[in-house]
Amino acid sequence: MAEDFAIASPEPLAAGRDRGLAAGAWRSTAILALIAAAVALPFTLSNYHVFELTQVMIYAIAVLGLNILTGYNGQISLGHGGFFAAGAYTAAILMHRYGVPYWATLPPAALVCFALGVLFGLPALRFEGPYLALVTLAMAVATPQLLKYFDTWTGGQQGINLAKVQAPAVLGIGRDRWLYLVVLVVLLVAMRVAANMLHGRTGRALVAIRDHPIAAAAMGIDVARYKTLAFGTSSLFTGVAGALSAIIIGFVAPESFTLFLSLSFLVGSAVGGIATISGAIVGGLFIEFVPNIANDISDAAPWAIYGLTMLLFMYVMPRGVVGSLAGLMRRLPPRRAAVGESQEK
Amino acid sequence: MAPILELRAVKAFYGQSEVVHGIDVAVEEGGMTVLLGANGAGKTTTLRAISGMVRSEGEIVFAGQRLHRRATEAIAALGIAHVPEGRGTFTGLTVEENLRLGGYTRAVRSDAGISRMFGYFPILGERRRQQAGALSGGEQQMLAIARALMMAPRLLVLDEPSFGLAPRIVEDIFAIVERIRREERVSVLLVEQNAALALELADQAYLLETGYVVMSGPAKTLADDPQIRRSYLGY
Amino acid sequence: MHELLQQIFSGLAAGAVYASLALALVMIYRATDLVNFAQGEMAMFSTYVAWMLVNAGVPFWAAFALTLVVSFLGGMTIERIVIRPVENAPVLAAVVVTIGLLLIFNALAGWLFTYTLQEFPSPFPDRTLFGALMTTRDLGVIGVTLAMLLLLFLFFRFTATGLAMRAAAQNPESARLCGIPVGRMLAIGWGLAAAIGAVAGIMVAPVLFLDPNMMGGVLLYAFTGALLGGITSPVGAVVGGLIVGVTENLVGAYLIASQLKLTVALALIVLVLVFRPNGLFGAAIVRRV
Repeated sequence: MAEDFAIASPEPLAAGRDRGLAAGAWRSTAILALIAAAVALPFTLSNYHVFELTQVMIYAIAVLGLNILTGYNGQISLGHGGFFAAGAYTAAILMHRYGVPYWATLPPAALVCFALGVLFGLPALRFEGPYLALVTLAMAVATPQLLKYFDTWTGGQQGINLAKVQAPAVLGIGRDRWLYLVVLVVLLVAMRVAANMLHGRTGRALVAIRDHPIAAAAMGIDVARYKTLAFGTSSLFTGVAGALSAIIIGFVAPESFTLFLSLSFLVGSAVGGIATISGAIVGGLFIEFVPNIANDISDAAPWAIYGLTMLLFMYVMPRGVVGSLAGLMRRLPPRRAAVGESQEK
Repeated sequence: MAPILELRAVKAFYGQSEVVHGIDVAVEEGGMTVLLGANGAGKTTTLRAISGMVRSEGEIVFAGQRLHRRATEAIAALGIAHVPEGRGTFTGLTVEENLRLGGYTRAVRSDAGISRMFGYFPILGERRRQQAGALSGGEQQMLAIARALMMAPRLLVLDEPSFGLAPRIVEDIFAIVERIRREERVSVLLVEQNAALALELADQAYLLETGYVVMSGPAKTLADDPQIRRSYLGY
Repeated sequence: MHELLQQIFSGLAAGAVYASLALALVMIYRATDLVNFAQGEMAMFSTYVAWMLVNAGVPFWAAFALTLVVSFLGGMTIERIVIRPVENAPVLAAVVVTIGLLLIFNALAGWLFTYTLQEFPSPFPDRTLFGALMTTRDLGVIGVTLAMLLLLFLFFRFTATGLAMRAAAQNPESARLCGIPVGRMLAIGWGLAAAIGAVAGIMVAPVLFLDPNMMGGVLLYAFTGALLGGITSPVGAVVGGLIVGVTENLVGAYLIASQLKLTVALALIVLVLVFRPNGLFGAAIVRRV
């Protein structure tokens, strides 16, 4: 029945707060430990593996963007590859044509993509579920064509080659490890920003709009504003990921931004949990490693695996990996409050 | 006479909540039984449980067959014609097409049946090629009943046929229903808020309150009961 | 002037293909309230089935008929097994599932038949008529499409099953109360849509050449046509598809380079949805609060 099919219940990181102060302290310690491990990790791996993990994090940021829009706010986008491309090309053009240092391309890319998202979000207000999916699908298909068409800016079919980024000499670490740390910082910031936004009033408004748009409007929520904001924010995240991607790879070309990329984000989102924040990381892992493995089987395999994964997850695990885990955790009995602890949820 | 429909200890659920709490109802073959009660008493849910449209527990037996867990269309094919709340006419189709759909489960072509319906409801004959959605409320109710009768049912289930209709039209419709019951030998299970009219026509009556049967018996007895007269008949 | 008429006519032939696929999309939307993103890939796969039969020596029209039957059964099976679980689920689940189907069919075709372009035979001789105004092929495509539309119209208007399907699409609950097996009607709807898609694929394959990505652009144009006509209106789907076909041809011939044609389709979709969300013929959808 439809009620059982909750594809997206708001991720209960907040559920940890039910468990009293001691559990909260455990959570913070665990998170710090994870971050420390993440920082130390690149120094134990080869350059290539570091590069792969950096890609994972970039995809995670992109998927996080999609989660905000589609998971939390219910606006279905099949075209996020377009925003990714926008961020990538913004960074590439700034670096290539105007000699902007790589780290300085992030704010403009963020701004451009935010504006693009809002611009898209305004007409999108009039489209419901499958229609929006359709328009964004067309956008995904049109992206490589548009990139090839405006070749004076984009370099057309050949794309743009970028100079290799150097790590600051004073640190004495390699290029790959440096970029890994840069992306890690951006990812952590992104997750923090997303958590603040989604676990507060904004998040509740977005979810209310997703689940009961008419009731939300009747309660005084400015639906148009929130939906457009969601689009802009979502596009910002994915665009920044795209900019990072251009910096890491050192090359942008239209063929990197096809429909397959947009659908990759969708699959990653569904696998990790479309209305989660940490699920984006699971999604990133999926996108980075599964198609590579699949390609060894055959050319057609990555698409087939994506397709089967999509079906499988919708039937069996519609909340994704993280969403389902969170659901399980919520069923555990809450710890009894210690004497003097408040009982409020 | 054996009951054509029997409900034994039937519970019915609206979503997750239990709204009918173990009721016993019987419809005599060839007779008319009415379920009375205020809004929210569980009358419509009971009818929906009979047609397999909501989850239910307990025994529902129709003409000796248990209806447990059968699909709605299978229950209809067994001979229960259910006219739902709000009529349920296919507003995008013509009057004639609506009637033909009623005859879907019958093996023979519907033309004879349709003519007979026009006999009972001449106004439908006049409007046969019009879209059902263009009909007035009373005409749509007649269409809904006619469509149900096209199934040549053994049991006709009517959910608030008087709803939203002027008293004059309601009288007409009930007169036709009574005529049909005698001529076609159909048993009728009726849910009505209009207690006075229903009690006049029915043989048996049940009074539901918040999911329980609080009174039952011959309709005449209930009509004479002072509590019913005060609460439901207005005098 | 002559060239304009030529362009219009060949646009109509292309439009006939878009109209067919658009009709399939509308049928499924009316019946199940779903947008079937996989319609194009299903049609492509059906076309490969026809191609295999023809290559195996089966005469063209026999292969055509056989493919329609296979597609019909395949469509029914897909509805029963793949779509049924998400029919009442949130929109996102249905979208993801049909996208998943799209990917699976595309990959399956790529794996079974490789990505090499294949020639597909046309049953119509390659001649021009009326002083090079139109080709026999174009006329044939339009003719086949018209015949199919006529058969569908007769089916839905005059048969009991057709009527039951229309009822099931309009009001599933009342249909069940009439004893109509709504689930089976939906399956038949999907089967018919798949068969219609097969016709579209077979008609267009001689021109586009057969490969797993053949129907991608066609699907977008079909969507545009369906939206233009009103996603709930079969007549609208056909008219919309034809309009899109003619417009695509004229724009491509007189205005812009062909690489941007799909972007034009996108722009059309956006414009239609912004200014006329119900399309030319669609009924306004009233939602009860």
